[in-house]
Amino acid sequence: MSPDTVAALGVKPGTRTQERARAARTRRLLVQGSRVLLLVLVVALWEVLARAGVIDPFNFSMPSAIWDQIREWGAHGTAQGPLWEQIWYTLYEALLGWILGVTAGVVLGITLGRIRFLADVLGPYIKVLNAIPRIVLAPVFLIWFGLGPASKIASAVVLVFFPVFFNAFQGAREVDRNLVNNARILGASNRRVTLQVVVPSATSWIFTSLHVSFGFALIGAIVGEYIGATRGLGLLVAASQGTFNAAGVYAAMAILAVVALCTEGLLTFAERRLFRWRPAEPGAER
Amino acid sequence: MNIDTSPAIELRGAGKAFRTPSGALHTAVRNLDLTVGQGEFVAVVGPTGCGKSTTLTLVSGLEEPTEGEVLVAGEPVEGIGDKVGFVFQQDAVFPWRTVLSNVMAGPRFRGVPKAEAKEAARAWLSRVGLSAFEDRYPHQLSGGQRKRVALAATFVNDPRILLMDEPFSALDVQTRALMSDELLDLWSGTGASVVFVTHDLEESIALADRVVVMTAGPATVKRIFDIDLPRPRKVESVRLEPRFIEIYREIWESLGEEVRITRERGAADVA
Repeated sequence: MSPDTVAALGVKPGTRTQERARAARTRRLLVQGSRVLLLVLVVALWEVLARAGVIDPFNFSMPSAIWDQIREWGAHGTAQGPLWEQIWYTLYEALLGWILGVTAGVVLGITLGRIRFLADVLGPYIKVLNAIPRIVLAPVFLIWFGLGPASKIASAVVLVFFPVFFNAFQGAREVDRNLVNNARILGASNRRVTLQVVVPSATSWIFTSLHVSFGFALIGAIVGEYIGATRGLGLLVAASQGTFNAAGVYAAMAILAVVALCTEGLLTFAERRLFRWRPAEPGAER
Repeated sequence: MNIDTSPAIELRGAGKAFRTPSGALHTAVRNLDLTVGQGEFVAVVGPTGCGKSTTLTLVSGLEEPTEGEVLVAGEPVEGIGDKVGFVFQQDAVFPWRTVLSNVMAGPRFRGVPKAEAKEAARAWLSRVGLSAFEDRYPHQLSGGQRKRVALAATFVNDPRILLMDEPFSALDVQTRALMSDELLDLWSGTGASVVFVTHDLEESIALADRVVVMTAGPATVKRIFDIDLPRPRKVESVRLEPRFIEIYREIWESLGEEVRITRERGAADVA
């Protein structure tokens, strides 16, 4: 709520408001504090149990060993090369696969959403393709495209494409008919209606799928690397597993989680900028 | 010239039937005969759900008649003409565009250069009193303000024919009266012909030159009444005049019967 609205509601900017603000702040601190505490507790418990031998450190490793592993990779590099290079490779594959998959999904989804004939013809085939567990395509792509990034990008693309496609398709189908009619009356051509009415209305649908699909892109890249690669975090997991280095597997996972969180944050930021036209609180209007 | 002598809108035995999802044929309007002169303000009243809105979609070219003919400026309607403006019942402003950009949309769609479109949009925004809001998004405006944006966005295209589908029905009573006055003000001097669909008889008498009463659905024209109240009118005061009340009573006699039929049918459907 902006200061204007508070004033308009006739609330006196006195002790009451201050108290409320303080209570809200305290709650926020409490939530954040509890979060940190939970993390510390879990990590500490893991460490203690592993050191005491209750859980087998060989299988489950322990936080200190994982941290040492990350530091060692950072300082001296991995067996496959410097750590940042592995991260960059995975990120590069995931990002390129994601962009290609999203582009294809959005373009095809909107096109099929707008052109009934195409949707009717292609619909069953898309359903069949969607029914294939696409992760099994990763070995096929390895055979087709080799050990390089291309095979990982391909598996990321097939994972990303479908959720984005279905959401874009649905978004294009569910455009408010009033808006379309209004645009047509105002003089918009079919192309204009698609670009300036259908695409903006579908963006909220598409964005929902973007969050999920970036996770899928990472999965595609990692699985591809795990099966066969020359670089990347997936390869780190595979190599660590091959040498019975549990800490290595967990360390690669931890790095992946951080990377995924950072990209998720960037996406949320982009979404906020793009959806300035929407009411601040989602769901407040509907 | 042909355009000057022929009426703005002419419906000749027009009818429209839809296929319902179950495959049955539903007749919305039938055998419609109606002529709207140049610069005339015609209000169409009828029981709810009788097919009044369908009449507008036929004139606008959004839908084609299944029977008869629809002529605009003496020419049969083929697709959406560039002389038509349409104000919808629900909000039809683009929520992702700012107020200014919404009003610019029409001219931009029609290929007017950006600077020129902006100038025209600003002029209309100031006429509807929203100059200070041009950078806002629709969700930041009240319902009445959004309707003003819709009016400005429609008038900026300089329509010769203005079709309005219960445009103010979602507004509260005070705002509605205010908007009606504003509409009369915006319309006067444009020379546009208006077809204004409403279920509110008071509103229709206060605004129109002629009131068309529709029958219960499938709708057709029942009777047409001339409204001889002098212009310029103020909606709030004109409805207190004795002549207004006289007209109201006269039209209600005709309309009330159709409303009763619709209501009885509804009751029969429920039972």
